[in-house]
Amino acid sequence: MREERSDMSEDEDGGGGVEQKERWGPSHGGGCCGSAKSRGGVWTDPPPPFSDQVLENVLENVLQFLACRRDRNAASLVCRSWYRAEAQTRGELFIGNCYAVSPRRAADRFRRVRSVVLKGKPRFADFGLVPLGWGAHFSPWASAMAAAYPWLERICLKRMSIADDDLSLLAFSFPFFKDLTLICCDGFGTPGLAVIAEKCRHLRVLDLIEASLEEEEEDEVVDWISKFPQTTTNLETLGFDCVVSTVNFEALEALVALSPALRQLRVNHHVTVDQLFRLMVRAPQLTHLGTGSFGPPAALVLQGDVMEDEADLVSAFAASKSIVSLSGFRDVASQYLPAIYPVCANLTTLNFSYTEITADELKPVIHHCHNLRKFWVLDTVRDEGLQAVAAACKDLRELRVFPLNATEDSEGFVSDVGLAAVSQGCRRLRSILYFCQQMTNKAVITMSKNCQELVVFRLCIMGRHLPDHHTKEPMDEGFGAIVMNCKKLTRLAVSGLLTDKAFGYIGKYGKLIRTLSVAFAGDSDVGLRYVLEGCPKLQKLEIRDSPFGDPALLSGIHQYYNMRFLWMNSCKLSIRGCRDVAQRLPRLVVEVIRDRPEADDETVEKLYMYRSLAGPRNDAPPFVKIL
Amino acid sequence: MEDVKGSDGLGDTELRLGLPGTSTATRSAKRALPEGDEESHDELRRTSAAKAQVVGWPPIRSYRKNSFPGRKVEAEAAAGLYVKVSMDGAPYLRKIDLGVYKGYKELREGLDNMFKCFSLAELSRREGGSGSEYAITYEDKDGDLMLVGDVPWEMFISSCKRLRIMKGSEARGLNSRH
Repeated sequence: MREERSDMSEDEDGGGGVEQKERWGPSHGGGCCGSAKSRGGVWTDPPPPFSDQVLENVLENVLQFLACRRDRNAASLVCRSWYRAEAQTRGELFIGNCYAVSPRRAADRFRRVRSVVLKGKPRFADFGLVPLGWGAHFSPWASAMAAAYPWLERICLKRMSIADDDLSLLAFSFPFFKDLTLICCDGFGTPGLAVIAEKCRHLRVLDLIEASLEEEEEDEVVDWISKFPQTTTNLETLGFDCVVSTVNFEALEALVALSPALRQLRVNHHVTVDQLFRLMVRAPQLTHLGTGSFGPPAALVLQGDVMEDEADLVSAFAASKSIVSLSGFRDVASQYLPAIYPVCANLTTLNFSYTEITADELKPVIHHCHNLRKFWVLDTVRDEGLQAVAAACKDLRELRVFPLNATEDSEGFVSDVGLAAVSQGCRRLRSILYFCQQMTNKAVITMSKNCQELVVFRLCIMGRHLPDHHTKEPMDEGFGAIVMNCKKLTRLAVSGLLTDKAFGYIGKYGKLIRTLSVAFAGDSDVGLRYVLEGCPKLQKLEIRDSPFGDPALLSGIHQYYNMRFLWMNSCKLSIRGCRDVAQRLPRLVVEVIRDRPEADDETVEKLYMYRSLAGPRNDAPPFVKIL
Repeated sequence: MEDVKGSDGLGDTELRLGLPGTSTATRSAKRALPEGDEESHDELRRTSAAKAQVVGWPPIRSYRKNSFPGRKVEAEAAAGLYVKVSMDGAPYLRKIDLGVYKGYKELREGLDNMFKCFSLAELSRREGGSGSEYAITYEDKDGDLMLVGDVPWEMFISSCKRLRIMKGSEARGLNSRH
């Protein structure tokens, strides 16, 4: 079974290289493939002589086995023959930036694609920094694929704007369509889901992760769950925990009953604990369960399995011997929480990040979870709760601690104490996201020494420019230790009071860093320069509210073709500097995004620039200026 | 540092990008801040930005932020109850944090200070506003235009969506039953 990352994050994608399909730099490639340099257009050579044809056929058969896209990119550069063979055999098309290449061009090169992964808006769009209507429309891709890939089976979209009509087009154009995964997408609603449910007879996966469905009035909401076929389905994954409207429970129950292959089910918060019980009884084979509200029953259930009390719920969990992942618990009533004890020992993933529980409520649960690898939680569990996690979850690989009150001056519930405790107990930690209000360099340094396997380190000290809580010094040394000691680090997010020194450390030691997020940090252009000159593997750089200006921007000219994108907002850039970059790098699309119409022309509020074979896009809204 | 909010009172009116305390693009990009300045700068930044909410910070997806309805009220209280204040005839609006005022008297004084061109002391509900030039009104949750001062202060700040200072003549119609 193919290893899949459900959030489409590339953080743990293993080594090397860029995921480009055409080479960018002036001096790459050699030999017969020097001309594989991006010159636009498709290979339209006359057919090769007989022996070359045989070679290509052999190659195609061999290349079938090459799955990793980076390996495929490398193979495609060997020579024209390999290029063609690889293009004919690539089954999964990964496009990290939907504007980096035109749909037409991608479809022309890769003829036999079965699976498409497409990413749209820059990540800072999640935090409201990209104005509505900016772009990343799925429509042109939907049309191109509908024409080119009748055998398409799988689509994964992240941060794209999708219309109901696009979903309709998918449903009608791809008779073998199996998997639809939408992460942080918007623009569609229940009508779109209804068409998918109704028309995609081979549907195996329908997974909506943090999608923002269009707001619909009561009478506009379509009963999409009822549209699934009334016969046995192939459904393996159904995730709709982010859907705000209620779903028809009877239809859902019937669907679950008709889906013997169902392994992953994530329901939304309208599903109460007694309803969940009924679903679990129908699907004891589940491996991943999103529990909805896990709160008190709303109405009386009249027939069939009725949950009389908590004991029934416990037995339902006891019967679900395959569960390895739990999430949901949106309105958890604490008397129901112990019901999950029977499955705790088998859990590898537990998501309590929508659950306001205290340390005392967490402890008895986490105590059983000694196989836990991934744990997401709210800071309401406090340092004490994290200490319990450190004591129990020795195999933890990923920890995310989210704030209940996501405001700058909120009371922090976790601190350096929790972080240090986790680093003591969870030595195999690979990925951490930690929101707090106070932190010390000491704790961060401790983590850098204890958790040598760290690949992702994201620390968000919520108060802007906050120094070390004890020493009042900048957080430079802490982050410096992370880049110095964690030799596998590929993703870093920094916060707190930081001077250029921190960036000096990053530039000097962060040789594997691919993604860097910076906010309210640094003193001068030197900071950004350190990073652009020191981090050869940098792919994605997102910066906000930091004092970096045109000279810093220009110092990265050598790097931008190697990167997927650079985002900078509320820094010290001017139009002149950005235009300078645009002129020097013709294959870079330089977008200046303006929030307020009255802002003057010289200042650049938001800059988003990315390499592209497609040139300036033709769907840019009025507030975007492409230089 | 020249860009500090409120030092001469005009800081508030300056149209500017980013936060109070961060520099605009028009300043020299090459200037590095010496260490000493940085600290006092931060102090200023922190205090002046204490109540101001920054877009997209902390970086939490709105999907997650909206998942805790019970907490939203607290978050708003912590963040300040900012409402727009318009005055008939003035070219631009102001924004005030209702949370900093203890009652109607402080509010009137604050507005008086801000707009400085009318005397609120004369404004009285009993007089029906007839003797004064301007009246303070507000738009409530239902979108209705109400005269300020009728309801208890707590009720007022939780239902007030924006303030409007209007000519006394127009406000007369609002003085209904009291």
